[in-house]
Amino acid sequence: MTNRKKAVAYWKQNLTYLAILLFIWFVVSYGCGILFREELNQFQLGGFKLGFWFAQQGSIYVFVVLIFVYVYLMNRLDKKYGYDE
Amino acid sequence: MTVQVWTWILVGITFALYFGIAIWARAGSTKEFYVAGGGVSPLANGMATAADWMSAASFISMAGIISFAGYDGSVYLMGWTGGYVLLALLLAPYLRKFGKFTVPDFIGDRYYSNTARTVAVICALIVSFTYVAGQMRGVGIVFSQFLQVDISLGVIIGMAVVLVFAFLGGMKGITYTQVAQYCVLIFAFMVPAIFISIQMTGNVIPQIGMGGKLADGTYLLQKLDTLHTELGFKEYTTGSKSTWDVFAITLALMVGTAGLPHVIVRFFTVPKVKDARKSAGLALLFIAILYTTAPAVAVFARTNLIETVSDTPYTEVPSWFKNWEDTGLIAWSDKNGDGTIQYVGGSALIDKKPIFIEGRGRYGERLISNANTNTNELYVDRDIMVLANPEIARLPNWVIALVAAGGLAAALSTAAGLLLVISTSISHDLIKKQWKPNISEKGELWAARISILFAVVIAGLFGIYPPGFVAAVVALAFGLAAASFFPAIILGIFDKRMNKQGAIAGMVVGICLMLFYMIRFKTGLVGVLDPRPASEWWLGTSPEGFGTIAMVVNVVVSMVVSRMTPAPPKAVQELVEDIRIPSGAGDAQSH
Repeated sequence: MTNRKKAVAYWKQNLTYLAILLFIWFVVSYGCGILFREELNQFQLGGFKLGFWFAQQGSIYVFVVLIFVYVYLMNRLDKKYGYDE
Repeated sequence: MTVQVWTWILVGITFALYFGIAIWARAGSTKEFYVAGGGVSPLANGMATAADWMSAASFISMAGIISFAGYDGSVYLMGWTGGYVLLALLLAPYLRKFGKFTVPDFIGDRYYSNTARTVAVICALIVSFTYVAGQMRGVGIVFSQFLQVDISLGVIIGMAVVLVFAFLGGMKGITYTQVAQYCVLIFAFMVPAIFISIQMTGNVIPQIGMGGKLADGTYLLQKLDTLHTELGFKEYTTGSKSTWDVFAITLALMVGTAGLPHVIVRFFTVPKVKDARKSAGLALLFIAILYTTAPAVAVFARTNLIETVSDTPYTEVPSWFKNWEDTGLIAWSDKNGDGTIQYVGGSALIDKKPIFIEGRGRYGERLISNANTNTNELYVDRDIMVLANPEIARLPNWVIALVAAGGLAAALSTAAGLLLVISTSISHDLIKKQWKPNISEKGELWAARISILFAVVIAGLFGIYPPGFVAAVVALAFGLAAASFFPAIILGIFDKRMNKQGAIAGMVVGICLMLFYMIRFKTGLVGVLDPRPASEWWLGTSPEGFGTIAMVVNVVVSMVVSRMTPAPPKAVQELVEDIRIPSGAGDAQSH
């Protein structure tokens, strides 16, 4: 692969990761915590209504996990393309 | 020992620690001054970012706001954490690879234009000054509450302290003091939360205690919802804002967080692109510890408050109630003359704050002149939920003092980060890059220090003589950042075709639109124009949420204008390709 082709392929894979991770980011906060909270509130998680839990606890936990998954995926991708240092 | 002695001891020890670090971490070069030499470990940078981020507002006010807003408070919890996902995925790694000192640096180079740079500098100054004024005020309030010092003197002490470590050490000094400040503030926040969680639910972890059961076997949140409904408040877990407004505010806060210059600049301080990603994750982890505890504190405090005061005769309330009444943060007026506190839905006052008059009532309560005719008799300031929480739960004196030290750490660390951005904007983006390009490094370093001095003095004046609009505007700093920087940076990385005409048009239109909406619906134009009522909001969007709309407008304007004007030069397109690749960041940093 030429340098240029390599860079394009790397970027494309990066964009795919971003799309997936940002989709999850959107679903947990705007989806579960805001738009569909009424529906989710019919379920309980311990003493929490589920929609309320996502808005005040769950979404934040997922955010932290998302960033570390991204770090892992990108480090792996950097290695694959020889961009790590 | 009394609370006051404990407070002086803990504040003294923490301040001595900050000074020690400041002297140890003096800066010798502009690179050390602006980005701490680019050699900060991801862990230290994560902690420093967290301290930089969590202001007096996060520490003192947020749990209180949630306590009174219930579900509606979620906008702050999600908004101020979710922005880090955007920051980590869309900004930090690329800006680190680009490897200069400031956000206007990126805008100026990427859009090959000093006009774009100047627009960015102006946006950075507007955002940072509105934000820093609130911090200085916060320092003054903590001093006056806990140490019985005059607010103005408190602000001056705070200014002096920030000046020492910012002036000597620049970013390097600030970064390492922020690491210490993070440890102080998180410890100070968690200790009372854990104590109270154990008291109320028997659970050591507040996040779990919040969803736990009380001694009588009912769930805490269920109990609180029942109490709220009975007393005529809206149900705690439901809230009253419209779904669209909650959506818009959350998005504006998230995007604004990712666009705040004092947060972005932190990712220039780590050695590699890889470290920038990791340190964004660590920063959010450290922030999340406080942000997942705050809603628990809110629930504990709210339940405690209602159970303690509701239908209690005034003569039998605990002593903290009267102490806070003396400072004016609690007010009670016995409207039905039964000597018992009726705490129910609806405001107790005609205005937002109580107006106290001379003399005491029948039961020894302070008299107020602006009680209304609602059945609710009690006014409680939201800020006391964190400050008074340890007292309400009868925790030992050292825990109460710890809260004061934590509040100061939170306010000082954020103020320092903002002051650095302001000084860098002046010494680097204006003097070095525009007015005097051949200034020596030593000269630039001194220019930076003198700008910090100026910035501290101006911020201090704002703290001592707060213009009425400051409190209203701090929350809108996010909207301003969302409407100006965020699209310009994102498009600069992800849209190779974006050119200077598009970016400048977008930033100008975005920030002007946001300023216009702010003035029209929130602050008014002093003496000329009163803010318009909420019924006239566009699409039912509050000023806090309007950043979302202004941002979308910015993006649309940028896209349309850029496609109608010539593509950016070849060199710039190559620059964009280069920042997308993580390797070689070390070289790119030379300046």
